[in-house]
Formats: sequence, C-alpha cells, structure tokens
Amino acid sequence: MTTSLPPGAILLIAALVVPFVPGGGRGAVALLAAAISLVHVIALEPGTQLSLEFVGYQLEVIRADRLSLAFGYIFHIAALLSAIYALHVRDGVQVSAGLIYAGSAIGAVFAGDLLTLFVYWELTAISSVFLIWASRSEPAYRAGMRYLIIQVGSGVLLLAGSLLHLRDTGSLAFGQIGLDTASPASVCIFLAFGIKCAFPLLHNWLQDAYPRATVTGTVFLSAFTTKLAVYALARGFPGTEILIPIGLVMTLFPILFAVIENDLRKVLAYSLNNQLGFMVVGIGVGTEMALNGTVAHAFCHILYKALLFMTMGAVLFRTGKIGASQLGGLYKSMPITAVCCIVGAASIAGFPLFSGFISKSMILTAVADEHLAIIWFGLLVASAGVMEHSGIKIPYFAFFGHDSGIRCDEAPRHMLIAMVATAGLCVMLGLFPWPLYSILPYAVDYQPFTADHFVTQLQLLLFAALAFVFLVRVRLYPPEIPSVNLDTDWLYRRAAPAAVAVVYSVGSALRDAMLGLALLMVGGVISLIREVTAPRGLFGRTWSTGAMVLWAAVLLGVYLVLYYL
Amino acid sequence: MISQHLPILQIVVPLLAAPLCVLLRQRHAVWAFALGVCWASFGVALALLLRVMNDGPLVYELGGWAAPWGIVYRLDPLGGIVLLIVSGVAALVLVFAPRVLDQEIPADKHYLFFAAFLLCMTGLLGITITGDIFNVFVFLEISSLSAYVLISMGADRRALLAAYRYLVMGTIGSTFILIGIGLAYMMTGTLNMADLAARLGDVHETRTIRAAFAFLTVGVSIKLALFPLHVWLPNAYTYAPSMVTAFLAATATKVSCYLLLRLVFTVFGVPLVFDEMRLAAVFMPLALMAIFVASTVAIFQTNVKRLLAYSSVAQIGYLVLAFGFASQAGVTACVIHLFNHALMKGALFLALGCVAFRIGSVDLEDLRGLGRRMPWIAALIVIGGLNLIGVPLTAGFISKWYLVMAALEQREYWPVAVAMLFSSLLAVAYVWRIVEVLYMQPPRPSDLQSDQREAPVPLSMVAPTTVMTLGTVVLGVYPTFTVQVAQRAAEFLLGVAA
Repeated sequence: MTTSLPPGAILLIAALVVPFVPGGGRGAVALLAAAISLVHVIALEPGTQLSLEFVGYQLEVIRADRLSLAFGYIFHIAALLSAIYALHVRDGVQVSAGLIYAGSAIGAVFAGDLLTLFVYWELTAISSVFLIWASRSEPAYRAGMRYLIIQVGSGVLLLAGSLLHLRDTGSLAFGQIGLDTASPASVCIFLAFGIKCAFPLLHNWLQDAYPRATVTGTVFLSAFTTKLAVYALARGFPGTEILIPIGLVMTLFPILFAVIENDLRKVLAYSLNNQLGFMVVGIGVGTEMALNGTVAHAFCHILYKALLFMTMGAVLFRTGKIGASQLGGLYKSMPITAVCCIVGAASIAGFPLFSGFISKSMILTAVADEHLAIIWFGLLVASAGVMEHSGIKIPYFAFFGHDSGIRCDEAPRHMLIAMVATAGLCVMLGLFPWPLYSILPYAVDYQPFTADHFVTQLQLLLFAALAFVFLVRVRLYPPEIPSVNLDTDWLYRRAAPAAVAVVYSVGSALRDAMLGLALLMVGGVISLIREVTAPRGLFGRTWSTGAMVLWAAVLLGVYLVLYYL
Repeated sequence: MISQHLPILQIVVPLLAAPLCVLLRQRHAVWAFALGVCWASFGVALALLLRVMNDGPLVYELGGWAAPWGIVYRLDPLGGIVLLIVSGVAALVLVFAPRVLDQEIPADKHYLFFAAFLLCMTGLLGITITGDIFNVFVFLEISSLSAYVLISMGADRRALLAAYRYLVMGTIGSTFILIGIGLAYMMTGTLNMADLAARLGDVHETRTIRAAFAFLTVGVSIKLALFPLHVWLPNAYTYAPSMVTAFLAATATKVSCYLLLRLVFTVFGVPLVFDEMRLAAVFMPLALMAIFVASTVAIFQTNVKRLLAYSSVAQIGYLVLAFGFASQAGVTACVIHLFNHALMKGALFLALGCVAFRIGSVDLEDLRGLGRRMPWIAALIVIGGLNLIGVPLTAGFISKWYLVMAALEQREYWPVAVAMLFSSLLAVAYVWRIVEVLYMQPPRPSDLQSDQREAPVPLSMVAPTTVMTLGTVVLGVYPTFTVQVAQRAAEFLLGVAA
C-alpha cells in the first residue's frame, strides 16, 4: 500500500486539508503531515517503482534509488524542521503553499520521467511564490512576480526540452541526458536546470526574491528549489565538464556581493549561491567520490543554510530589522539564537567537527583526485570567502559588533526548538558522518578526519578570520595599516582574491556599461510594448468601427493578392 | 424510429421552442421550458456523438430529398463534439441563469432573452450539423442576430454600443461569407458541400474561386475574431450579461473555428488551400501576433472580464496555429484545444458571473481579498487560470501538450513550438495578477461590512460553475475522451479514416 502513494503526496493532501482547519491548528497539521510523510519515505525500499500510463506514454511516478532517496530524506527533514519553525503561522495560504512546495519538491526527486518531473517542477514554482507574496508588500509582490516568471520560464524550457527529447529518442525516461550542444533538447533541459540552480547570470531571481519572503517562507525556500536543481543536474548531467567552470564561478562571484551587502538575509542568499557552486563542481567532476560529495554537501547544506535563515528570521521576527548596520549586540537578548547561528556559521565555513567539513572536503578531495589544480585552488579561495561572509559576518554583525541597543525577547519556543534541533543535526553530522555516508549513492571509502584535512581547513579558516579582523580594523582606523606577515605558501590565497577582485572590478565596470546599454534598449522596447498594449495604446484601446472595417478590407486585399499569385 | 431523426430534432426543437417562449411569457415558466429544451438538446447531441463515434459519419436527408438537390445534414465526430460543446454549455448556463438574470435584466424582458438565447443556440448547432453551404449562412445569421440582441441586453449602457459595433463587423463578416458562397455557386452550380468539393476540382484554377475563398477567409476571420479582426470581441464580452459572455465565449468562436476547419479540409481541400493559395503564410503570423499581442494586452487590463476576453483572442491564435500546420496532429490539437478552451473559458466567465452577482463588479480593484470573502469561487477562478496557463493536471496542459507536439512534428516549425511555450509566461503574468489580488491583498473594510448584509451566491449559480471547472480538472487527469474524439475527428476531416 505504501508503495502506491508517491512520496510527497501526503504533504500535498495535507495542503488541501489546511484551509478547513481553524487557524491555530494549521501549523500542527503541517507538522503532522511532514512527520507521517517522513515515515512513509523511510519505509520506501530502494528499487521501488510505480508506473502508470498517460495518453499513451509510460510515466514513472515513483523511482526510488539511492540518489533520489538521499534527497528524499533530507527534503523531509527540512520540511519537518521548517514546519516546527513555522508552527506559529496562522495564515492558511502560507501553510498550504509551504506544504505544496515541499511535497512537490519531494515528488520531483522521485520522478522517473521528464513529464512527471515537469509537473512537480511547475508546482514548486507556483506554490513557492506565495511564500514571497505572503510578506504582503509592494516590493515583495514585484519580486515574487519576477521570481514566478523566471521559475515558470525554467519549467517551460524543461517542457520544451522534454518534448524535443521525446521526439529525438522516443522516450520520456529521465536518466543520464548529457550536454550535447548539437541537440536542442539537451540544451533546453540543461538551461532549465541551470536557471533553477542559479547559474551565473541566471541567478538574479535568488537574491531578488528570497530576502523578500516571510520569516518562515525563506526557510522553506532555502531548502528546496535550488537543491532540486542540484538533484536534477546530478541525475541528468553528471560528469559534464562545463559544469566545473560554471560551479567555480558560482562559488567565487557572490563573495564580493555578500561581503558588501547590508541585508543579512540577502548575504545568506548570496552564500547559498556560493555553496551551490561547490555542488555543481562536484557534479561536473562526476566521479563516484564527487557525486557522493555533492549529495552529502547538499544534505549538510540544507541543514545549516536553513539554520542560518532560521536564526536571521528569528532576529527579523523579534526586532523587525535585518540590516547589518541596524543590528548588533543581540547575543544578550537572544543567546540561544546566537549560539545556533554560530553553529550554522561554523558548519557553512566547514570548521572541523561541524557538518560542512565532512561534505565539502569530499568534493575537494574528488577534485584533487582528478588533478584539477586550478579548480582546487579556486574552491579554496571560495571557502575562505564563505568563512568571511557567512562564517563571521553574519553572527558578528547580528549578535556582536557594536551594540545597537536593541533589547528584545528570545525567539519563540517553537523556533528555538527548530533551531536547536537543526543545530544538533549539524554538530551530529560533523562528529558522526557515517550514517550520512551510508545513504549516499555510491559506497563511501572516505575518511574525513585526517590530519591533512584538519590542517588545511584550519589554516584556511584562521587566515580568513584574520583577514576579517584586519578589514574591520582598517575600516575603523584607516590610517593604521598593520602589516601582516605572509609565508609564501599563503601567497596564492592572498593574491588570488586580490586578482579576483581586480578582474571583478574591471568585469563589473564592463558589465555595468553593457547592462546600461542593454537596459536602455530593453527599456525602449518595453516602453514601446507598454505603449502599444496599454489600455489606451494601439492594441489596448477600442478601435473605431471605421478602423475595423478598414482592416477587413486590407486583409481581403492581402488574401486576394496571395491567392492570385 | 425516432432515433433516426435525431439530427433534425437537434435543430427543430430549439428553433420551435424560441417562439413558444414568446407565447409563454411568464418568466419562470419560460426559464423552465428553455432549460428543458437545452437539456434535451444536450441529450440528443450526446446520442449523436456516440453514434458517429461508433458508426462513422451520418447523413440525414431533410424531407427525404437526396443530396445535390435537397438539403442534407451531415455529421462526423468533429461536428459531434462541437454540438456537444454548444448544447452542453447552453444547458449549464441556463441552470445558472435565473438568479443572475433577475439582477441584470428587467423581469418583463426575460422571455425575450430566452427566446433569443434559444435562437442563438439553434444557429450555432445548425452551422455545425448542416451539409449545405447556404444553410451555413442562414444559421450564421440566426446565431449572429440573436447574439447581438443578447449582448445589447447587458446592464451596462456601453453594452448597446458594443452590440452595435459587433453588429457592423458581424454583418460584414456574414456578407463576405455570403459573397464567397455566391462566387463558389457561380462556378459550380451547387450548394451541397460534398458536391461542391467534388466539382471544385475542375475550376480551382479560376480567379473566381480564388476570390470566393478570399472572401470566405476574411469573413470567417471576423467571426473567429482572428487578430487583427478581433476588435469587436473584447467590448462585446465585457459588457454582455454574465451568462451571455460565458455562453458566447465558450461556443461562438468555437463554431467559427469549426466552420474554418470544415471549409478548408472538406470543401476546398488541403492541396488547394495550403499548397496553391498558401493560406498559412498569412494565417501563421497572424496567429502568433494574436497570441503575443493579445496576451500582453491582457496583462494591462483592469477589468477581469476584459482581461479574459483578450485571453480568448490569444487562445484563438493557438487554435489557428494548430489549424495552420494542416497535419493530422495539428487538427487533433486544434480540436482538443477547441473543446478544452470552451470548457475553461465558460467556467471562468461563469465564476466571474458569480463574483459580479455578489459584489457588483469585476474590476481588479474590487476583487481584493476575494479569496477570503468568496473562497470557493476564488478557488474556481484560480483553477480556471491554471488551465489558461496550461499547468499540468488541468485540461489546459493537455491542450498545450498536443499543440506543442503538433508543432514539433513539423520540423521547420520547432521555434514556433518554443515560442508557444514561452507565450504561456504571458498567461502566467495575467493570471497571477488576478490570483495575487484575490489572495494577497486584504479586503477593504467596507466590503467586509457589506458581506454581512448580502446573501451568498445561490447554489444554482455555484453548481454549474463548479461542474465546468472540475470538468477541466477531470479532463486534465483523464484526457482519454477528448483525445480519442479529437483523433477520430482529425481522421475523418483529413480523409484518413475509411
């Protein structure tokens, strides 16, 4: 019986029940549904399949293998934790949307064919936008609309790609697709995944929309959309080499933005993008080790990123502020939240004995095994950047730094429970990674706790911490520039970020110029379209009868000429 | 046996019922009578469809006069499905009618309204079932004239002007069609469609036939509201009474599309129309323009009825695009979308009728927070909107799927397929504008107060709306019925089936 129900369906059903439950019970319904669904998916054996026929096509609604199960587990854990965190929400739209969103993301990872995948893909898009709109402000509405159009656009590309794939191969099965620039099908599907995965230049929706969602909405959003894309890439395009440079760029370019950004949830959105880069590199490398690393990293990442968004959400919930410049000194008011935030920060930075360490190092090892030196260095630089903006900046500016004078209550109890549970999982995975390793797609022969890994990572982190202190001091005392002694082996770590910064500034100047030009042109075209289609424009207004008749005459002429020729 | 005479009963019953309505006069009696007639028509249409699906096309000779001399009714699966759309929508709309009419039309005019409604239905059914091309014109005029009357009964005074402008355009369209028929008759000396098709072979090179087809093309384009001849449509739909909008949006343009398919595929023939006269060269760009321009215009509308009217213009673009492929897959897609769109647009306009009944407006501004004030109707509107976008598990998705498959089959048209998919982003924009207003904006306090005083929307209005909307979902999940009928229809239309 359990096998005939697609994973995630319980959440979708619960979403339909929620509107009929009185306000206070809605959060509880969501929580209960997530728990039942988790049990359901744990009971699912690898190899379970369920096919059904739809207008002559064989659809595989359930395809449970190790890859989909790993994502299925973590998505459920994320849904459960998010549901606890959101227990206070009484807004039926938000609760339902969150459930549909989580349920469809879970359904998507178990989809064995492109059509089913597309169904869930679209469902995640149109349900998640309500989490953004639920902020109920004008900017949120606009950001949500942009987000929706881009997400649905990705779905449309996926559908186009699937249909082309069907035409070319005669099959809708979703397996290894592989990027082939000669085949429009694979390009369309690759781009569809790329948009959802926030590839460079396709990423803007993420930083645009996530910070505008509600306190609880962002926690949901951070878990599913992009990781679904990571799953889809891992399924369809493992070992696609172009993913390696794409991923590298993804890990590097958000750093600068994250460092200068004031809105702390936006900082997290940038660092989300950066973490995705690691996974994309792992998929690009495509070895068993790399794919294991990718899945493990996605697993850990969902937890610590959700944790960070939870803590920032709690801060926003209690203080109503989220700008780095407005906050500070909150550790006195919200000590538990602060500790959780530090745990999340340590995890994302990859401190040994925290969860990021045991997964990121797998990807780095896989890259090293393939002798991709430049990529490896690049990822190291990126790791330093992560430490900078997520590991230190977030907790420092929110909870320490200059005292903003804000005194508020500690986060509500259910939020604390969610945060502490998530933090506990982060620590547990960091200390005992073996349960996680046992559910990865391939057998794991990897030992994270070696002296080598420890030393590399600690050196990196300490250096990054040093750089942060240095920057803070420089900002405070501009004339004083303390010299820092660098060993030669540290050089690339200094030089590389600097080089990146130079390239970046030149690049961004160029980009700004191009963008300005493009915007000007696009703006012109858009205003033309608006002018033509607005209610008083050429096509929007009511034409006079004479004009209508004239058109009829013109068309008659056109057809006569056409038919006579 | 009465079952042999079903084709003529389909037409004669509503035709004779119309004057009886005028004689009855008492509004409740008239309504009950018209309702009975429409449901009977629906039953007949269903029986006919089942018969043509099982036994193939049927020919009925009026008064026993044989084909080229007498008038015949001819029905194949395509005609069957269109009959089903027209009579089914009419039956549901009449269930919806009494309460909303009380509000929108003076009680002493109800019997006239029902008479006009039955005539309009008769006309639409007649165009579909007849095998005689002059008969097409007659029925076209019956349906058009009664449609002008129906639209002009709208409560808004602008309805009069809208009806008048529709009258001018519609008359030009009918006249063009008549000229086309006349020219064809001049060259062949026959009005029977099958006979005409046989005799056109000898004279297809002549300029007269070319001119005949040009007039027919423009005439049908006007009736079909194909861009840029769509301009009569938005105002007519916006200002007509709610149930008239629902009925016409679901049926009138569909029957015109049927007429186009019939004329091109069974009378003039694919080689003449597409190879020699290259109709697609103009139709395809116009269809694409319709999709993109009308969808964009829809985004900027503030009146939801008008917004959906423009969306209809865009949907007609899809129909014409599928028609333009001139392939079996294309015709199949066209028929599927014909049926699905009738259902979804009918459902949406009925839902708007409920909204207008309750709050007296369908301006986007006044719909704020309606998700809380009228949760069920708002949910139905959302489902209808999802259909327009083509979200999976709705009938709209089935349409989109077959449309794109048909486009992909034509290898050189694959950019059209991608463009078609991207046009659904425009639909996302205009549908989600409504959804956002319904669910994300708080209702005005004054509205909440008036809610307590006003009676809820009666079941007689909610039920048909619900049936139609859920119909789109059922057909989205189990599309076998639509797909099978459409495939059979395409086979017969293209002469593949024996």
